[in-house]
Amino acid sequence: MLRTLALGAAIALSAPAAFAAGEGEITDYAFPHEGPFGSFDTLQVQRGLQVYTEVCASCHGLSFVAFRNLSQPGGPELPEDQMRAYAEQYEVFDETLADGEGDFRPATPADRFPQSSLANAPDLSLMAKARAGFHGPYGTGLSQLFNGMGGPEYITSLLAGYEEPPACAPEDFEGYYNVAFAAGGFPEECVDEEGHHTVPGSWIAMPPPLSDDQVEFADGSPATVEAMSHDVSAFLMWAAEPHLNARKQAGLTGVLFLAVLAVLLYLTNKRVWAPVKAGGRPIGKDQHGV
Amino acid sequence: MSGVLHDDYVPKTRGEKWVERRLPILSLLYGTLMIRTPRNLNWMWIWGIVLMFALISQIATGVVLAMHYTPHVDMAFASVEHIMRDVNGGHMLRYVHANGASLMFVAVYAHIFRNLYYGSYKTPREITYIIGILMFVLMMGIAFMGYVLPWGQMSFHGTSVITGLFGAIPFVGESIQTWLLGAGAVGQPALNRFFSLHFLLPFVLLGLTFVHVWAFHTTGNNNPTGVEVRRSSVAEAKADTVPFWPYFILKDFYALALVMAVFFAIVGFMPNYLGHPDNYIPANPLATPAHIVPEWYFLPFYAILRAFTGDVWVVMAVDWITFGIVDAKFFGVLAMFGAIIVMALAPWLDTSMVRSGRYRPMFKWWFALLLIDFVVLGWVGAMPAEGIYPYIALLGATYWFAYFLVILPLLGVIEKPVAPPVSIAADFAAHYDPQTGGTKQFAGSPAE
Amino acid sequence: MSHTEAPQGTRRDFIYYATAGAGAVVAGAAVWPLVNQMNPTADVQALASIRVDVAGVAPGTQLTVLWQGKPVFIRARTEEEIAAAREVPLEELVDPQANNANLSNAESPATDENRALANPEGSDLPEGTWLVQMGVCTHLGCVPLGDSGDFGGWFCPCHGSHYDTSGRIRRGPAPRNLPVPVATFVDASTIQLG
Repeated sequence: MLRTLALGAAIALSAPAAFAAGEGEITDYAFPHEGPFGSFDTLQVQRGLQVYTEVCASCHGLSFVAFRNLSQPGGPELPEDQMRAYAEQYEVFDETLADGEGDFRPATPADRFPQSSLANAPDLSLMAKARAGFHGPYGTGLSQLFNGMGGPEYITSLLAGYEEPPACAPEDFEGYYNVAFAAGGFPEECVDEEGHHTVPGSWIAMPPPLSDDQVEFADGSPATVEAMSHDVSAFLMWAAEPHLNARKQAGLTGVLFLAVLAVLLYLTNKRVWAPVKAGGRPIGKDQHGV
Repeated sequence: MSGVLHDDYVPKTRGEKWVERRLPILSLLYGTLMIRTPRNLNWMWIWGIVLMFALISQIATGVVLAMHYTPHVDMAFASVEHIMRDVNGGHMLRYVHANGASLMFVAVYAHIFRNLYYGSYKTPREITYIIGILMFVLMMGIAFMGYVLPWGQMSFHGTSVITGLFGAIPFVGESIQTWLLGAGAVGQPALNRFFSLHFLLPFVLLGLTFVHVWAFHTTGNNNPTGVEVRRSSVAEAKADTVPFWPYFILKDFYALALVMAVFFAIVGFMPNYLGHPDNYIPANPLATPAHIVPEWYFLPFYAILRAFTGDVWVVMAVDWITFGIVDAKFFGVLAMFGAIIVMALAPWLDTSMVRSGRYRPMFKWWFALLLIDFVVLGWVGAMPAEGIYPYIALLGATYWFAYFLVILPLLGVIEKPVAPPVSIAADFAAHYDPQTGGTKQFAGSPAE
Repeated sequence: MSHTEAPQGTRRDFIYYATAGAGAVVAGAAVWPLVNQMNPTADVQALASIRVDVAGVAPGTQLTVLWQGKPVFIRARTEEEIAAAREVPLEELVDPQANNANLSNAESPATDENRALANPEGSDLPEGTWLVQMGVCTHLGCVPLGDSGDFGGWFCPCHGSHYDTSGRIRRGPAPRNLPVPVATFVDASTIQLG
């Protein structure tokens, strides 16, 4: 197995100066929820919620997340009254109102975030899990395994990945140049004769959403583009996997318990087998006689 | 279980006698649990229990997931998210179920390769083996249909690709494909029927499990030496065996606890590692993912499917001979199913008189190559079909067929096997020195 | 099994019992999620508690809201209605129990005080103004009509059950007083049901 992986790596690395089509630059940002013992940083997720609310929500939806989720353990953990006040900022359509005709009313904790308001802005509920595979078909996923790299790293890299377009690109090329985004348009002028891209990333339709100090955090955290990207990625990871903390805890308890059981079964097994391995007669009823 | 020596059950208490006179279920259970089992079974004999446990776990979690799942194209994806977010413990149930499929395939591949190495498929265990292969094929079908249900991008487009395989069958292919899907394309009819079958077929698999166990309880287990339990006298038979309970049940449970600990680490810490991220995007018939990759357990066979392209001379020759009826696409489908069929024919293709690979010096190396081949096929199956990968896949697929069709028959003729031990008891005694009370003797330790 | 040739019997037994015990715990822990998943899910639980704005409910009027699929009557009673309800001697009641989910004692007598909802702090309405009850007849589940019947309260048109201004059954086939659900004022004009 290892040998075949090494072979794959050798093939993938045979053209180090060029970038294979569909490759973006992803930085391995550290997140507190990584690793077997990791859990969400409540304050960071709250900051991320703020960035989402003030920036992302104008175009993107979060339709699988309910407002009540904001108060449940292992997330932003907003106090009940804050969560209700937050929900009331949104209007939802209720078909039971106005004698079955339906009418708009302020959202309650049981309601969910609205859907995307722009047709080409994807829903962000599961984005952090859907984008975990940026390592692409050439990757083995080992980076995800050993570095814990996944969707949040991708989202942070993307939001902080807007750069001046490279010199090779025509002035009027459609979209915005982003070093992390791999699936967008790419000008032919930036492709060398072997078909390799000379610059990483591609051109994305979404304009740069963040700028420094766009959001003012109540806890005084810095609001650089990178810091905000980092926070909103943590929030989106929570939105995609709201039970991550509980899951890791259950996993740890399960592994520990099974390990204890395994040790006990090992000892039992050893004891039961000892007389047989010593050349003795196995225990058990023996009607035929030996 | 007439063929195998075991103690007869004698009901003792009044209650036992009352039940036994009306339904001999206690003696059936006793005979199953107390069956005499070769005492030298090694750690590769644990996978059957792991599989049985995993199947029961899959059925249990699957039945409860079905209480919350909605097989409708507009609601399937949302109902899975409902399970993940709102159902009590639903995220764990779903992750256990999704990763449980991987556990079953890890176990089944270990089980199959153990069988191929120790020659368990050889006479008189052909029926056990054939039923096992049927169960393996059924398992692949169940896993495939289960993967459709979350109705993500990979579910949808993977289903399109796999059902498209049936379309490659000459003349009737398209009718079969339409019949399978209930429409011209993957949609509501397909989702609904795959849900129904994904619920039903695991119970069929469970039924086949009992037949599988019945079959090898009739012949008795194979063992690492491939030497049969001596039947000439009760004393000799007893020297070769121990009762299944408590010896092997405890051993299997110990192994199971270790396997489950690893499994739980995956479920708890990286439950999405083995899945494809694109399946967290709702199915969209208008946008195909850049690379459609099946789940890891299908990759070796997927590689064989893709290996035979139109520019391979065998394919061209077959195409020409059959007047174009067997084109490259159909050839690939035939190759994929053929890869399983040649494996099923192993009992009749293997000509060696010696059962266990442990005493076959040449076989060992070809078998090791088959293992490597299987891993390489799996790896190349995940790669895009371009550059050097199709050649590796072709090489790997060729070896797979060559192993069963050429090497197994030839080896029996040209190979000079080492003499196996005279009895299981002798093998066991060489393995564990009676003088030191069960310490392992490394000199006599068999090469596993 | 354990009593065959066991020189260190107790220690061996301990290992066996510990293993069996740990196995039982693991099996139980594995079965519990399969059982628990059938309990109400988080989205269902979220709807178990709703808030109703009663600012627009003047004395002598009634608001009907849908809660967990059933109608709930929220009535602001006039002083006459309260007085009428409080004058009724308890022995005249068909069902002597308050049937109020807010009371810890299920056997509490069906006095009007035991059925009405306490006013919010700082309210200038007379005590006992608010009456919150399920709008489901205790006979066969029809929805009673307000401001009607022989006792000035509710009247079920299906089989002619009469409820008084405290929602207590007075005549007709219904066996119980209208149930009072768990309800509290969370602020001056908002009632939380559940």
